[in-house]
Amino acid sequence: MIIYGVGLLAACMLIGVYAGDLIGALLGIDANIGGVGIAMLILILVSNYGPVKVSIKPITAEGITFWNAMYIPIVIAMAAKQNVFAAVSSGWLAILAGLCAVAISFLLIPVLARFSQSEEEVK
Amino acid sequence: MNLFLNVLETNALITAFVVVALVLWISNSLAKTLFAGKIHGSAIAIILGLFMAYLGGSTTGGSKGLADISVFSGLGILGGAMFRDFAIVATAYGAELEALKKAGWIGSLSVLIGVVLSFFVGAIVAVGFGVSDPISITTIGAGTATFIVGPVTGTALGAESSIIALSIAAGLVKSILVMVGTPLVARRIGLNNPNSAMIYGGLMGTNSGVAAGLAATDPKLVPYGAMTATFYTGVGCLIVPSVLFFLVTSVF
Repeated sequence: MIIYGVGLLAACMLIGVYAGDLIGALLGIDANIGGVGIAMLILILVSNYGPVKVSIKPITAEGITFWNAMYIPIVIAMAAKQNVFAAVSSGWLAILAGLCAVAISFLLIPVLARFSQSEEEVK
Repeated sequence: MNLFLNVLETNALITAFVVVALVLWISNSLAKTLFAGKIHGSAIAIILGLFMAYLGGSTTGGSKGLADISVFSGLGILGGAMFRDFAIVATAYGAELEALKKAGWIGSLSVLIGVVLSFFVGAIVAVGFGVSDPISITTIGAGTATFIVGPVTGTALGAESSIIALSIAAGLVKSILVMVGTPLVARRIGLNNPNSAMIYGGLMGTNSGVAAGLAATDPKLVPYGAMTATFYTGVGCLIVPSVLFFLVTSVF
């Protein structure tokens, strides 16, 4: 049943987010550390690997792939609810800080990528 | 007419489905006809979304873009953190654990580098604008990391509310630039494999920016970028008000 897939996905997310909150609490900060990432790992493990593997029938998988396909529409709704007006009218300090941070981070991606690849060749 | 608007308002989430479907349909036709397939339909849709958010914000004065107009309030639900994270987790279905393992260490390293880098860029810009007390400098640097780390840090250190607002704005600018800029620079920076996607997610860190940036570039890369980005805010909240604040106070 499709709902099994949706339910599995939802359970993974809840467990992951809870784990992220727990890690945050253990470190004494009021923030979620990697909750969504942990949820993703749980889903990958449960759907693929060894002892924890759950057999997912194609119809069950549809409950997950539907939300996978809804990703772009959700992102567009997210774009439409951003506080763009505040960002644009916030003055030069904020605009310059954001702009420089993004530009330098973009430039660093090929550097780190090359670094990780050369490291692999050494191995 | 009022009766119809009433229907749209009471079924806000359903209205949002129609709105997003229309935006995507228009964007995909534009991508095909006007841009001859050179720009991704979703990239156009995200820019249209941001533009509508600007219009919404400038007419209502609210903070949720188009979602502050009551007819469009469903966009706030559909585009909120709950559905966003749910869909991000769903993208992991079909991701390869091997690719994640292989790029895991560089991914985690890039989160750390990303937080520290954005923080110092923000802090230096703040100093350049004449900000001189360590709490304000740290708060603005924190906001440049993400618009969540900014207020968390500012509140923890007791920054003025105008500085906290500024830090949120810096984070918003970053997030929007990541959304718009990623598809434009993707090819030049080699953003076309799981390895560089994980580095990208870790360096950028803004969940919404990374989510939209990769959606407009190559949806297959979403799980890898999102995986590292999801650790960024937590790491930021952890090291900015502690280690990095300490560094700033030792200089100023």
